[in-house]
Amino acid sequence: MSTKLNKSYSGNAQQIYRTVDDALLLKNAVVPDLNKKTELKADVLIKNGVIEQIGNVDDLSFKGEVIDLNGKMIIPGMLDLHVHFREPGREDKETLMSGAAAALAGGFTGVCTMPNTTPATDNREIVEFIIEQFEHHPIDVYPIAAITLERKGEQLVEMAELVDAGVVGFSDDGSSVSNGQVLRRALEYARMFNIPIIEHCEDEQLAVGGVMNEGAMSTKLGLTGMSSIAEDVVVARNIMLAEYIGGKMHIAHISTAGAVELVRQAKLRGVSVTAEVTPHHFSLTEDALENYDTNCKMSPPLRTQKDIDAIVKGLKDGTIDAIATDHAPHTEEEKNVEFDHAPFGILGLETALGLAITELVKKYKMSLYDVLKKLSVTPYQILGLDVPYIEVGHKVNMTILDPKQKWIVDKNKSRSRSRNTPFHGWELTGKPWGVINGKFLALCDS
Amino acid sequence: MSLIRKHLLGLEGVEKDELNHIIQTATSFKEVLSRPFPKVPTLRGKTIVNLFFEASTRTRFSFELAEKRLSADTLNFSVSASAVKKGESLRDTAQNIEAMKVDMVVIRHAAAGAPHFLANCIKGSVINAGDGCHEHPTQALLDMMTLLEKFGDLQGLRVAIIGDVLHSRVARSNVYGLTKMGAEVALCGPSPLIPIRADQWPVKIMNNVDDAIFWADVLMVLRIQMERQQANFFPSLREYHNYFGITVDRLNRARKTLTIMHPGPINRGIELDSELADSEHSLILDQVTNGVAVRMAVLYLLSGEK
Amino acid sequence: MTVKVKARLIDANGLKRTISRLAYEIVERNKGIQDVVLVGVRTRGVFLAERINHEIERIEKSALPMGILDITMYRDDFRELHSQPQLQQTEINFDIDKKNVVLVDDVLYTGRTTRAALEALMAFGRPTTIQLAVLIDRGHRQLPIKPDFVGKSLVTSLGEEVQLKMKEIDDDDCVLLVETDRDNYKIED
Repeated sequence: MSTKLNKSYSGNAQQIYRTVDDALLLKNAVVPDLNKKTELKADVLIKNGVIEQIGNVDDLSFKGEVIDLNGKMIIPGMLDLHVHFREPGREDKETLMSGAAAALAGGFTGVCTMPNTTPATDNREIVEFIIEQFEHHPIDVYPIAAITLERKGEQLVEMAELVDAGVVGFSDDGSSVSNGQVLRRALEYARMFNIPIIEHCEDEQLAVGGVMNEGAMSTKLGLTGMSSIAEDVVVARNIMLAEYIGGKMHIAHISTAGAVELVRQAKLRGVSVTAEVTPHHFSLTEDALENYDTNCKMSPPLRTQKDIDAIVKGLKDGTIDAIATDHAPHTEEEKNVEFDHAPFGILGLETALGLAITELVKKYKMSLYDVLKKLSVTPYQILGLDVPYIEVGHKVNMTILDPKQKWIVDKNKSRSRSRNTPFHGWELTGKPWGVINGKFLALCDS
Repeated sequence: MSLIRKHLLGLEGVEKDELNHIIQTATSFKEVLSRPFPKVPTLRGKTIVNLFFEASTRTRFSFELAEKRLSADTLNFSVSASAVKKGESLRDTAQNIEAMKVDMVVIRHAAAGAPHFLANCIKGSVINAGDGCHEHPTQALLDMMTLLEKFGDLQGLRVAIIGDVLHSRVARSNVYGLTKMGAEVALCGPSPLIPIRADQWPVKIMNNVDDAIFWADVLMVLRIQMERQQANFFPSLREYHNYFGITVDRLNRARKTLTIMHPGPINRGIELDSELADSEHSLILDQVTNGVAVRMAVLYLLSGEK
Repeated sequence: MTVKVKARLIDANGLKRTISRLAYEIVERNKGIQDVVLVGVRTRGVFLAERINHEIERIEKSALPMGILDITMYRDDFRELHSQPQLQQTEINFDIDKKNVVLVDDVLYTGRTTRAALEALMAFGRPTTIQLAVLIDRGHRQLPIKPDFVGKSLVTSLGEEVQLKMKEIDDDDCVLLVETDRDNYKIED
């Protein structure tokens, strides 16, 4: 395939980040050790993109840029395992650059772009096109390629070449690979590169016609439901395949109590399986659909409180490894229609950290360090990448945040091209302040 | 008392005194329908749009007649499914209606929640004339009015709703309305056609139609749609008729007289025998007559809310 | 709304005599009771019509066919109301074609109730004549309507209201002149 790809209009991306001096001093920071759950009040000295000193730095003799962080927290740069940036194909919803701008606003320094673009990201040209656009950008892009050509679930993509091109995982996200044998071969083949197969777990026959969770609310609203078992049976199959074949199986956007338990048991048996959850799946239940709000229509659908309780338990005990947004922009025209006709998905990047702290730390009493770890440490580990810990000698890749700051979500201030969020008007606690990645600094509010 | 709502989107949450008030008002309008000149000037100067995105003759005629009997100016906007696919969106239609300064909109739509969507985009009142598998409030109101005429009171009356409850907006509205009015309700049909978590409602659930007949005073028979067979909700129409059809034999065996209702159109000989549909125990034609009166009442009562 | 009774215009005996006189006048004007029917306007017009009919029966040894009219559906002030008034049944169970219809109401004021009643009656057929009988005519007409039979004519001011009390629904038989701050343009019922 030889699609000619043109770089799209990149918006005001140039204004939202800048380069920093070769020498940069961050005064009065809080640097936690997310693994040991301790923290240090310190200054952080950065030279030529590398952390040179963490401790008390004398700024009188320092020649370079000084930023006083006033007690803000520095953690490894957050990585979102699951975003849809729509380019190529649906640049009206989001472009790589507008998506990247939203990622910066959300405090991320890395994103994994999902392959359900138009055409699908199933070949080297599109992967290279994506990577090229981020060459001089504070966001590190980690493209995920399709498992099968055109995401049809039939013929495997040229995985080796795609890995060479920079792909870090494979997924037919949007749907499962329904043919078990195809998925088995994908897992076997990808095992050679030690990179994960990321599965959107949904049995398309069991979920046929569904637009929301099946249960009390779907019965009340008269909408067709997607049962939790439509997710569970595919999670079970995928775990069995991973157990039999080996390789790395990553369960995308886990949403049911049943699936959490399946992953928990699999991990106990030593199966190489990991899982992520989206902020909306622990922040909202199907009750949010009461008034047919299409900004609450997503796949997998919002479930019940029982599922949220299981997800929280899974996050706490390590069954669920990471928080990923499934950032899925859709235009107002597409979303402002009858519920049945609206596309699935909501924005996620800019509200992820706030929701995680508000819901998981404040409401469900999870440790702040554990929550931050699932945004900034485990995502790298799932992909087999080095974690950019805040340690002397490491290349600088950091998210700076204030875990106590309260703020109101305003969809009209979003840097995404779309506005489809159900969290407009929510008061959240915990806000990213900015990121520094290599020579770039980006402020989340600029 | 007065109806303190702007729209009628469903019967869920509508209280007993409101239901009684609507039905009582409908009784006054029913008298109008029996006059030599069955027309009153009550809604003179009001503009009502009938927005039918789904094929319907009965409900549309019933609303149209109700509007004409009340002297309202009416516009009919029938949109076929194919026109919707061509890009005539509900939002565009709503904006057009808003620009025409319409007082009330009656909407029938295949998508559940479409009336809610419309109510959010226009200033006028919205009346749900059936949305997907969600609600059909005026149908349930006319059913209740018909039952009240026959039984005087619904307290303790046993109504079995039989058939495809899963896809039935008539069933949902009747569950809400009848239970508020004090009736006992049973849902009976093949298991795949009884919605998940139907036990959230104060109803009995039955799978054996003979049990339902034994239990009930009234059988509200729902239309069974042929395409449900293809989706394996039941194996065949033949089997459906044999095990869930309301037949003369079945009622004879039960040795009791039951009142029969059906929202129409009937698949005669499949869910309901013709002989029963046309019998003296059938209220099916009373339902149709009361339909116009109930819709006049709803239009009248909502037209007063500013 | 505050109400202050200013005067008792007619007492129970006076009411009885007035109704009796109205009955005689109706019979006299129509030269008997052939083809005459009574229609009372809800609420007190109905009881008034019943009492008149009772008198007619005493005089003529035969009562008239009587109907009940609820004019709510014909009101012309819907746009000024915030919610719809309660509807009541209309019961006219006879043909009014080629009949002389005597419309009975308690108080004639702006004329709007009568206008609505006339329109409502037309929905039932084409009577030969419609005659208007009222207990009280208090003036202040807003429409060109003139009663055929009047119990008593009064000069009133706009801040006043004339109220008929009848034992059938009230605890007294009398006509009161009261002062009220109620909106004067509302149709009385």
